[in-house]
Amino acid sequence: MNIAQVIFYVMAFVVIASALFVASSKNLVRSIFMFFITLFGLAGLYVLALADFVAVTQIVIYVGGVLVLILFAFMLSGKETLGILQQQKGKFISVSKLPALLLAALFFVVMVNVVLKTDVNNLPWIKQVTAANAAIKPNDLMIDNIGINLMTRYLLPFEAISILLMMALVGAAHLARKERGAI
Amino acid sequence: MITLTDFLIVSAALFCIGLYMIITKHNAIQILIGIELMLNAAILNLVAFGKFDKIANGGQVFALFAIVLAAATTAVALAIILNVYKKYRTIDPGKIDGLKD
Repeated sequence: MNIAQVIFYVMAFVVIASALFVASSKNLVRSIFMFFITLFGLAGLYVLALADFVAVTQIVIYVGGVLVLILFAFMLSGKETLGILQQQKGKFISVSKLPALLLAALFFVVMVNVVLKTDVNNLPWIKQVTAANAAIKPNDLMIDNIGINLMTRYLLPFEAISILLMMALVGAAHLARKERGAI
Repeated sequence: MITLTDFLIVSAALFCIGLYMIITKHNAIQILIGIELMLNAAILNLVAFGKFDKIANGGQVFALFAIVLAAATTAVALAIILNVYKKYRTIDPGKIDGLKD
């Protein structure tokens, strides 16, 4: 049990506990701010999976962009939203939520079963990589490699995603503009 | 040594929490947060497998793409939510049941 493993379990606990709080909280503002903690914990897990660049991108885009957008939408959709939230009484496990809880739990059991049956640690290609000692090591610097790959091997998906991002931007601006006359 | 299985189980748990949120919540913003949780579970899987791909970096690069896609999704979804709120004065998906005319 080395230190990385301990940090991993702490991080995983933080992520799952805060996600459960997000799912169970009645107060929307609290659940949004707990989602913030979930995202930070996930960034920590990415660091432990030796993907520092993805972790930093996660913090910049999710915490800096997406969360602020969600808070904006919450504030712009006014007091009635809060009213609706106060109305829905009941505990986390109520009868109306039982089917959903059952579905999620069963799905979790199925997915864990699949992961354990597949025995991911002993997949042929992973064994091959581990045997060749070619997995990423903690002191490797991967950022230059990611940049080069992004501009050579993955140039087509990169361009496709830029076009999609531009379309989403134009679409969001079009949807959010002030209406003049009929829709 | 942190094994691949640990990552996959954490990601499965996150995915199921997101699924539960999407089914039970009566608020479009909370449903959106559920979708974000599911997307994050997928990104965690990509990153965990990306550790074993040193030369091509497939996992990490596509994790970046998925993050960008999630941001674009959120922007469009929030614009739609604001428009729906302007028209119906509520964002409960169960109560939005009118067509254009």
